[in-house]
Amino acid sequence: MLLHLFALLVATSTALLIFAGGLVTSTGSGLSVPDWPNTYGWFMLTFPLDKMVGGIFYEHSHRLIASMVGLLIVVQAAWLWKAEPRHWVRRLGYVAVAAVVTQGILGGITVLWFLPAPISIAHAGLAQLVFCLTVSIALFTSAGWRRGYASGDTSLDADRPLQTIAILTTVFVYAQIIAGATMRHTGAGLAIPDFPLVFGSLIPPYWTAPIAIHYAHRVGALVVSVCVLATVGHVLYHHRGRLELGRPSLLLLALLAIQITLGGLTVLSGKHYIINSLHVVTGAFALGTSLVLALRTCRSRFAVTGAGVTGLNALHESNRAYESSSEWNPTHRVPGARM
Amino acid sequence: MTRRAYAGLIVAALAAGVGACGGESPDEVSAPPAPLTSPVDAATAGNIMGRITFEGTPPQPGVIRMDSDPSCVQPGVTATDETLVVEDTGALRNVFVYVKDGLGDLRFPIPSEPLLLDQMGCLYVPHVMGAQVGQSLEILNSDPTLHNVHAVPVVNQEFNTGQPLPGMKHTHQFTTSEVMVPFKCDVHPWMFAWVGVVDHPFFAVTGADGSFALEGLPPGTYTIEAWHESLGAQTQTVTIGEQETGDITFSFQP
Repeated sequence: MLLHLFALLVATSTALLIFAGGLVTSTGSGLSVPDWPNTYGWFMLTFPLDKMVGGIFYEHSHRLIASMVGLLIVVQAAWLWKAEPRHWVRRLGYVAVAAVVTQGILGGITVLWFLPAPISIAHAGLAQLVFCLTVSIALFTSAGWRRGYASGDTSLDADRPLQTIAILTTVFVYAQIIAGATMRHTGAGLAIPDFPLVFGSLIPPYWTAPIAIHYAHRVGALVVSVCVLATVGHVLYHHRGRLELGRPSLLLLALLAIQITLGGLTVLSGKHYIINSLHVVTGAFALGTSLVLALRTCRSRFAVTGAGVTGLNALHESNRAYESSSEWNPTHRVPGARM
Repeated sequence: MTRRAYAGLIVAALAAGVGACGGESPDEVSAPPAPLTSPVDAATAGNIMGRITFEGTPPQPGVIRMDSDPSCVQPGVTATDETLVVEDTGALRNVFVYVKDGLGDLRFPIPSEPLLLDQMGCLYVPHVMGAQVGQSLEILNSDPTLHNVHAVPVVNQEFNTGQPLPGMKHTHQFTTSEVMVPFKCDVHPWMFAWVGVVDHPFFAVTGADGSFALEGLPPGTYTIEAWHESLGAQTQTVTIGEQETGDITFSFQP
C-alpha cells in the first residue's frame, strides 16, 4: 500500500515536471541558463535563489524539479527491488531509472547544442514515456490491479475489440503529443492563426512546412477524438458496471474536452504561456488516463507470474496450462490466474 | 553482436557527433590573414554621406516592463522599446548602413581596437552596431544582475555565454560577413541587439540626426544598403569619383 502511494507521488511529480518543462518552452527560457549540468558555474543545488530571475526562474526550477523526480524514481526502483515480488514490475522500475537518466542527458544536450528541434522533440517525447512508466508502476502496485478487479466477470477478457481500440487510442494520443512537440519546437504554434477554422476554411489555402505541421496536429486531434469516443462509447455500452473502466473513460472524455479547449485558447491567446503549458500537461494526463484504461482492459493478460516471467509469457503459460485441463472454456482464457 | 559491441558503437557515434559539432568550418581554415595596411589611396579616396528619415506618423514606443527581475527596475527610469526610434525631426535611428557591393576583391586590415557591446540597465547598449570580420567584440555586463549573452547568427557560430557577475566580459570575433547577427538575453526576453558583420570598414549606424558617413572609399560605384530591424532593408547605387562625396537619402515607411 505504501509502495503504491509512493508510486502515485512519483507519477504526480512527473506530471509537475512536465508542466514545468512546458513553462520553459512557453516562456522561451530554454537557453536562459547557458551551461549544464552547472547553472552559471554554480553546482545546480547551490545556485542562489535570489538569482532565479526572469527566464532563469523557469529553467532552473525545471532542473531542480527534474532532479527531485529523478531521485524519487531511483528510490522507487530501490523500493521495488526490495519489496516487489513480480519480476517484471521490478524491471519496470529499473527501466524508469534508465529513462529518466536519459531524459536528463537529453535535456542537457539540447541546452548545450542550442535547442536543436530533433533533440528537443525527443526530450519532450521521452518525458511522456517516463510519465507513462510512472503511471504504469502506480497502476501495477495498486490493490485493484493485484486483486484483478471484478474477477468474477469474464466478459472483458474476451473483448478483444475493446483491448485493441484502447491500445490504439493510447498510441494515437502519444503520436498526437509528438506532433504537438514538433509544432512547439519548430515554432509552428501560430502558423495557423485562427481556431477552429484554418485561415477561415477547413483546409489551408496554401502550404508551408509550419502550416503543415500545425495542421497535422489539428487533424491528429480529430483522430484522437474519434478513438477516444469509440473507446469510451464501447466501455459505457458493454461494460457499464465495471468502475475500473468507466471512471478512466469518463475522465478521458473530460480531458479530451479540456485539451481541445486549451489547444484553441493557445492559438487565440497568441500562445499565452500558462495556457500553453496547461495544454502540454493535460496532454500528459490524457495519455496517462488512456494508458491506464488500456492496461485495465488487458488486465487478464497479466497473469500470475513467477520470477523472471513477464506478464505476456505468464499469460501464454497460463493459457497452455488451462487449455490442457478439463475445465477449459474458450471464452475465458485466464481464469482465476490474476494477481 | 555483444552488449559491449553495441555500447562501443553508441559511444563511437556520440564521439563522432561531438567531433562534428566542434570542428572548424572550412572558412576558418582557408581564410588568408588580413593585410596590415589599407589598400585605399588616401589621396583619391571619397565619401558617401546621407540621412535616413521615417515618413509618416511613428507609433509611440512601448514601455518595457522589467518586473521579472527587480535588479533591472531603476526608480524614476522608464525604459522604452528601441525597435523603432524616430526623432521629432523625422530622423530614423538605429539603421545599419554599409557598402553591400562594389569593393571587389579589396581586403582591409582588421582594427586592433575592440568594440564594446554593453549590458546596462538590462538593455543592450548600443541597440544596433557594426563590426568587421575578425574584429574583437567585447560584451560587458555592467548590471548588478546576471545575463546570458546569446548570439543567434545564421552563418556564423551561435554562442550562449553566462555572465552571472557584474563586470564580466566576453570577447568574440565573427568569422564571416553576416547582416545582421541578432543578440538576445533569454533571462530578460526584452533585451535585443543587432550586430552587422562585414569584411570592410565602410559601415555606420544612424544616430539622433539620422545621418551617416562612409568615409575613405576608393573611387567607384557602390551598392549601399540601409537595414532597419522592423522596416526592412533598402539599397541604392551611388558612384563617386576621386575625392568626391556622394550624397544619398533613404526614406522608410511603416
